[in-house]
Amino acid sequence: MIQVISILLENKPGALMRVTGLLSARGYNIESLTVARTLDPTLSRMTIAVDVEPHLRRQLIKQMNRLINVLQAADLTEAPAVARELVLLRVRAPMEARTAILKEAEIFGGRVVDSSLEGFAIEATGETEKMDEFIDVMRSYGEIEVTRSGLVAVSLESKKLRLSPPIPRTVEAAENKDRNGVVNA
Amino acid sequence: MSSSNLMSGARMLLECLSREGVEIIFGYPGGVTLPFYDTLYDNPIRHILVRHEENACFAAEGYARSTGKVGVCCATSGPGATNLVTGLVDAMMDSIPIVALTGQVSTKLIGSDAFQEADTFGITRSCTKHNFLVKSIADLPQIVHEAFYIASTGRPGPVLVDIPKDVFQAQGHYTPVHAIHLPGYKIVTEGHSGQIRRAAQMIWEAKRPFVYAGGGIIAGEASQELRELVEIVDAPTVCTLMGLGALPSEHPNFISMPGMHGSYAANMGMTHADLLIALGVRFDDRVTGRLSAFAPHAKVIHVDIDPAEVGKNRNPDLPIVGDVKKVLPKLNKALRELEPTMAEVNAAERKAWWKQIRAWQQEHPLQPVFSSEEIKPQHLMYAIDQISKGQAIVCSDVGQHQMWAAQLIRFNAPRLWINSGGLGAMGFGLPAAIGAQFACPDKLVFAIVGDGGFQMSIPELATIASYGLPVKIIVMNNGYLGMVRQWQELFYNNRTCAVELDCFPDAELLARAYGFRGRTIDKPSELEEALREAVNEPGPYLLNVKVSPFDNVFPMVPAGGAINEMVLEPPRPVAVPAKR
Repeated sequence: MIQVISILLENKPGALMRVTGLLSARGYNIESLTVARTLDPTLSRMTIAVDVEPHLRRQLIKQMNRLINVLQAADLTEAPAVARELVLLRVRAPMEARTAILKEAEIFGGRVVDSSLEGFAIEATGETEKMDEFIDVMRSYGEIEVTRSGLVAVSLESKKLRLSPPIPRTVEAAENKDRNGVVNA
Repeated sequence: MSSSNLMSGARMLLECLSREGVEIIFGYPGGVTLPFYDTLYDNPIRHILVRHEENACFAAEGYARSTGKVGVCCATSGPGATNLVTGLVDAMMDSIPIVALTGQVSTKLIGSDAFQEADTFGITRSCTKHNFLVKSIADLPQIVHEAFYIASTGRPGPVLVDIPKDVFQAQGHYTPVHAIHLPGYKIVTEGHSGQIRRAAQMIWEAKRPFVYAGGGIIAGEASQELRELVEIVDAPTVCTLMGLGALPSEHPNFISMPGMHGSYAANMGMTHADLLIALGVRFDDRVTGRLSAFAPHAKVIHVDIDPAEVGKNRNPDLPIVGDVKKVLPKLNKALRELEPTMAEVNAAERKAWWKQIRAWQQEHPLQPVFSSEEIKPQHLMYAIDQISKGQAIVCSDVGQHQMWAAQLIRFNAPRLWINSGGLGAMGFGLPAAIGAQFACPDKLVFAIVGDGGFQMSIPELATIASYGLPVKIIVMNNGYLGMVRQWQELFYNNRTCAVELDCFPDAELLARAYGFRGRTIDKPSELEEALREAVNEPGPYLLNVKVSPFDNVFPMVPAGGAINEMVLEPPRPVAVPAKR
């Protein structure tokens, strides 16, 4: 069963690998993964769709939360959330089919982003199932080329973000002591 | 900023280490760490040159396990760093605070397949609690202090800091780090007070309570608090392989170790308890056996600092996420408050429970086995126990000897029993003893090793000799990789394959080659005297004890079995391998 996990993590080298490493180490296949900076440029928001047995889900979220770079990992599979996907596709459109293709694209809320004699490039967003349908329909007009963004999800609940405050370093007290170390040398 | 604090990255690193109170580093130098070693030349921090990087990490673990302080090890880039990996995984599995420092090729060479380059940051990601690659000298102090903070707080673990050569060489101003800010590093220590009150209620309501204490008690320095709890409720208590010494072995409530090679009473107790008070444990498969049959009648109270451990293997009826050091005093207080009204409620049932536990203990006690012809492995452990009297540090390797030692040697304080529990890394015992002896120079330190693991760590005899460490190396030599052979005998139709160690060096000559004393014995009559000689020797001593070769460790829970389905003694007829 596909799980949707939303993760807020530090925007640091290797942080992505720590999260995906937890999944690959257990042999889980990631169906989709999106990640981008948040309003705070030091943080990223990641949405992962992954095939995990439901009873292991909580454990997985806990292990993600254990990662130092992860500020919050939340399970959106059954939580109130909106999930969308972006599809960019190129479809060959001979003259006689062009109007029909445009009509169909409109039905799916698609928007033409490039038009040429060969055909169109169309973008559309929506739920995964809707996008599957959209792609199926476009395929009926001939050869297409598709790129999907993977799921992007946002929780509809305001979840309090628990962050650790800065911790004063107690070892600084040792600084004043007369020691043989390099400190006072 | 004054120019007086302008310094190289190497010196800045030492400055940070010094501020963290580091006194000793176990390491092995190499090309890219040369700037670091050059600075170490006139620094008071002691560097111990081991003979293999893996052993640097094991020795740092021995230091950390015997003191609770952060152990520090150091290796060069590439092969040096990859050699650390086993030690890092070991520290990860057993939650041991380690800071590993590795050199890396210069930043501009990273990714170019430079000489001795390896992706240490990538390789060690999954075998550390956290790791860092220092890309600039400006980040160095913050990262090093964060590394120590992460390694030693919460659930302890290994942290690796990878430092490129040009960062060692760069010049920068040292600015003291006044605060650690890791917004995503969440540690819950206090424990939920409502849950703690409910736990106290549950404990008094139990008719057959059973305390299951683990390495978390030792890591959390909560032995005294555990003892109080055990005495308030007078509960039978088992300590896991990682928790031995958490409750003194001589404490009347101590039942022994549970699990695959645990005692009959410990496993029967777990199976029949109606309440399991699990403290700093992770319900490891070697303890639980078949999970679905584990403690089937028990409600479970699980106290652990790591929320990811709670509910991982067994769903607790009452979870408490927190530090045992903080939670247990509150729990004890709550128990005391309820004591006047609750203590008598199930007193009769609890008395009967103890009677049952004592009966199990008498039925199949863990006891040494003696023979007049050959030295039984259990006899060896018993003899060591008689010298240690629960006081010596015992560093064990991995295998049959480890299990016999855990069964038969008493530990009356925490941090005396040092072994590779989770990972089961052969070759651990001897280097760990080096670290422990450096940490505790006045203590008697035994390295109990098998003839297999010993041969994995023979190079460290040089370290022992060169620093004159008075480690007592006891080789339990049965000429086999005993534990593997035991499984082949029992579960692979006695088809013993690749387990015979038919060549072992002459211990006396080997020790003499390194400049200390050694001896081989094989008669029971020599054992006590030889051990006394080893212990009385002011320096190192290598005692090779040829034990009866075909003994196996019992009780034993076959893999996948329930822990109450123990095999208590060798199956009959015993399959005796043909003599060569």
